[in-house]
Amino acid sequence: MKAVCWYGKGDIRVETVPEPKILNPRDAIIKVTLSAICGSDIHLYNGYIPTMHEGDILGHECMGEVVEVGTAVPNLRLGDRVVVPFTIACGQCFFCQRELWSLCDNSNPNAWMAEKVYGYSGSGLFGYSHMYGGYAGGQAEYIRVPFADVGPVKIPAGLRDEQVLFLSDIFPTGYMAAENCNIQRGDTVAVWGCGPVGQFAIRSAYMLGADHVIAIDRIPERLQMARTQHQATVLDYQEVDVSEALQDLTGGRGPDACIDAVGMEAHGTSIDALYDRAKMAMFLATDRLHALRQAIQACRKGGTVSIPGVYGGLLDKVPIGAAFAKGLTLKMGQTHVHKYLRPLLARIEQGEVDPAFVITHHLRLAEAPHGYEIFRDKKDNCIKIVLRP
Amino acid sequence: MAQHATTLPEQQTRTTAIRHPRNVGDLERGLSLVGGGALVLYGLRRSLGSLALMLGGGALIYRGLTGYCATYQALGVNTVHRDTGHGVALRSTITVHKPTSEVYQFWRHLENHPRFIQHLESVVSTDGKRSHWVAKAPLPAPVEWDADIVNERENALLSWRSLPGSDVDHTGTVRFRELPNGRGTEVRVRLEYAPPGGMVGVAVANLFKTLTEQQLKEDLRRFKQIIETGETPKTADYAKVSQGVSR
Repeated sequence: MKAVCWYGKGDIRVETVPEPKILNPRDAIIKVTLSAICGSDIHLYNGYIPTMHEGDILGHECMGEVVEVGTAVPNLRLGDRVVVPFTIACGQCFFCQRELWSLCDNSNPNAWMAEKVYGYSGSGLFGYSHMYGGYAGGQAEYIRVPFADVGPVKIPAGLRDEQVLFLSDIFPTGYMAAENCNIQRGDTVAVWGCGPVGQFAIRSAYMLGADHVIAIDRIPERLQMARTQHQATVLDYQEVDVSEALQDLTGGRGPDACIDAVGMEAHGTSIDALYDRAKMAMFLATDRLHALRQAIQACRKGGTVSIPGVYGGLLDKVPIGAAFAKGLTLKMGQTHVHKYLRPLLARIEQGEVDPAFVITHHLRLAEAPHGYEIFRDKKDNCIKIVLRP
Repeated sequence: MAQHATTLPEQQTRTTAIRHPRNVGDLERGLSLVGGGALVLYGLRRSLGSLALMLGGGALIYRGLTGYCATYQALGVNTVHRDTGHGVALRSTITVHKPTSEVYQFWRHLENHPRFIQHLESVVSTDGKRSHWVAKAPLPAPVEWDADIVNERENALLSWRSLPGSDVDHTGTVRFRELPNGRGTEVRVRLEYAPPGGMVGVAVANLFKTLTEQQLKEDLRRFKQIIETGETPKTADYAKVSQGVSR
């Protein structure tokens, strides 16, 4: 089959690889009908994620048709159309039972690697390094899905692939970011970063009752999407002083909640070069931590800073004093996708939201290397790319 | 064995920490002295460029003489309490999200052990107390032993020891503790063994202690995964697969 493979920094190739096989009773094989390139794939593309090996298959946003099931997947039948959550979760451990699906105890076969770096390991992830399990990703013609009896959600016939694909990651990720803000009626929420996750965070903040959402970015087409799709107030941080503007827009009180949908492109911890990577992370963090610093600084007293943006290593000069002085709540982490799949699917079915709005590019799987390039460089007004095998 | 069965590991550690400021075990101290001496001698026989060797050797000798290692201090490692008269002691603990009776029964059914202990080929219970254990290749000769359960309290504790003259002379205890409010079962394992090859074997085992304690941890993780999910997570080595080598 054809698959998008990682070969190093800036080196993505579409290769012919063997098709996946069932390895465990709770596995299923999915014939992929649509996948997407995620902002966090760009961290891999730029070589910031340790424990990637040459030939690793990328992609953690995908959907398709069930073509094979193991002996312990009673819920799925051949031909079922499903969306696959990017986090792999068993459904039975202490964490899954508490709806902390992305912290599943049992899905990362390389948990020891993450334990060396983080103390404990989160769940396995598709196509996202060996530290997260070394699972083959979904930018391919077929994907093996472990714990298929609890992960994939079946899609009703009336919905197009483009409408439901983003249940795999970015819609739940944006939604959880907004949910973490504990939004009350009348609240103002500021969102840093108007990439795909930022777009869904803005939409979700409105869905959860925010009165006013302020979106911050510098890319014109992303600001425009925030304005036209969600009627957000937009701030171009290259043109205005964000802190001043936020104070002004909130009558001097500050936003009730701030969402950092930017993250840091520096996963500076690795098994083999922990020290070097940590140093690297710190240098980059000094550069790229700006959004989080600004969010903490701008947030009103007693407010919440919610972080869906990915951080991997050590952060330098986090204004923890400001967070303490203002009694802030900080919430973060990988998305508990399983928890949101069905409620968000229901919202799509009811026509409350059509996630396809975020798609700017439809490409063939074979064009993935070009897709990675334009997405990374924000060329051609690229916001979100979907890939069809 | 009875002593180990009645003293909690934490208590042992605490007592040791008060009486000895050392953090390097006796055997490792001996090895440090020998290795450090060798480095210094080797350094002396060569030119100035080997200053680093001599410094390293000196540090090892210091470590051997005092039983104190700054690196261990920084890393929070202490190997003093691990040396015992018996050989090498390993311990690990894990919490399984299932009722204690279920967890206990899975362990008590000794034939289950090769499913989660990587170095085991097979276990056969020969009667209620005795069992026959076979280790997995790639050992040069088959390694097998018989073991007796010496203490058993249902849903609480299981202790066993290999019969005298076994290839792998060892004792082990596993404790089970029901956690409150359906939070599962804490499983605490302590193994003590004298590996084949006498003192040399012990020395080698000591050097690789981190590795073996990690192995015990991975064995317990598989134990938990099988009980909780019915399987252990696997990934195909697709980087190799894509080069035509299938696993």
